[in-house]
Amino acid sequence: MGTRTIIPFGPQHPVLPEPIHLDLVLEDEKVVDALPSIGYVHRGLERLAEVKDYNELVYVAERICGICSFIHGQGYCQGVETLLNVEVPPRAKYLRTIWAELSRIHSHLLWLGLFADSFGFESLFMHCWRVREKIVDIIEETAGGRVIFGSCKVGGVRRDISNDTLKRIRGELAAIESQYNELKPTFLKDASVNRRTVGVGMLSREQAIALGAVGPTLRGSGVAQDMRKLGYAAYKELQWEPVVETAGDCYARTVVRVREVTMSFDIIRQAIEKIPAGPIAVKITGNPTGEFFSRLEQPRGEVVYYLKGNNTKNLERFRIRTPTFANSPPLVIMLKGCELPDVPVIVLTIDPCISCTER
Amino acid sequence: MIEPQPITTIDRSELPAKTATLASQGWRLVQICCTTGDTSLELTYSFDKEYAFSNLRVIVPRSDAVVPSITASYLAAFTYENELQDLFGITVTDLAINYNGKFYITTIKHPFLQKKTNTPASTMPA
Repeated sequence: MGTRTIIPFGPQHPVLPEPIHLDLVLEDEKVVDALPSIGYVHRGLERLAEVKDYNELVYVAERICGICSFIHGQGYCQGVETLLNVEVPPRAKYLRTIWAELSRIHSHLLWLGLFADSFGFESLFMHCWRVREKIVDIIEETAGGRVIFGSCKVGGVRRDISNDTLKRIRGELAAIESQYNELKPTFLKDASVNRRTVGVGMLSREQAIALGAVGPTLRGSGVAQDMRKLGYAAYKELQWEPVVETAGDCYARTVVRVREVTMSFDIIRQAIEKIPAGPIAVKITGNPTGEFFSRLEQPRGEVVYYLKGNNTKNLERFRIRTPTFANSPPLVIMLKGCELPDVPVIVLTIDPCISCTER
Repeated sequence: MIEPQPITTIDRSELPAKTATLASQGWRLVQICCTTGDTSLELTYSFDKEYAFSNLRVIVPRSDAVVPSITASYLAAFTYENELQDLFGITVTDLAINYNGKFYITTIKHPFLQKKTNTPASTMPA
């Protein structure tokens, strides 16, 4: 056994826009153990349920994270709607699906850019964000905000997108997808990218399940599980299958996200084709009663909202388990045995969102 | 469509054995959640297997808030169980990776045990 050294990684690091810390135990350049620390900026948002009306809490849920803000709001609303026994109009379900998939595309493009940056491919980073900007433009046009959508509410959505606008967006998405397709081969086939990702940060299928991995981290290890298959919003009426890769390395997790962007373009196209006419919300009366676990697929993986109502305007308990919280223990296993320069690359392959984790 | 979400209430002494069985059957740990009552704390352990969703519930009195760790079966539980210790003041015995109250940096000790959410006085210098 060589001399062991403990290297602190974070909470401030060039690849980390938010604070997370790892104690890396090294033998020479090899990582033999890692221990994560979070909690630098824990906000305790869950307890705001005790002082905010359940309708107001949508705004809090959307602000848990700026990248997957829409799906946070959607997950919260779906949970409250279940407690209230409310059925959302079909058009609202399709609009939620379209906005959620736009979120997934812009989140994955953001991640692909950051990932390229983590191994020094600056031009690839800029190209990914150039394409992402056009998706954010569509979000701004349809929702009014580029980061916080403010579009989901208990009982449906706040605003409609006209059929003419949807048709135009379908055309714009085709042009954006064409530009995206030019970037894909670099992630999938470029030798310099492959050298940093293939066989690095291994997580087997058994480890992924045992350690509670979710999302692309789980599917990159060969587990075909995607919470959209639960059939919420309009997903059960659309044709799609979870994207799965089996290698369990950084490359596999990258390929999952690269392919999921393409799948999201397809899901949006289908949703625009099939979206029915009709109202976008129903009137809400009464207060939530009972308990429910609302599970959705965010870009980073399964998010769980536990809601418990006691027939008052305030929820008794509002608990959020975010994907990065679930993917932190698998990260420890991925890091064991890697070389020190691979640590930033491996950390980024779980697409860490500390804002979500420090809800 | 609402998925079935069964909840089975068990005694805390049964927790290690029950979770060991679930782990051996390939269930994935989804989350651990605590809900505070006036005199008790309600812990819910959630598991998933191929989209099936199942829960174990343990209720402990506030005056004796001690539960055994499930990290022997699910190592990933160490994050949730350290959260239980830091936010709710629950003692988790035999915890594989114990941050000893330093998992979260909070202004108030065990903040989720407090009665109401009040904005703490600013800790910034005037």
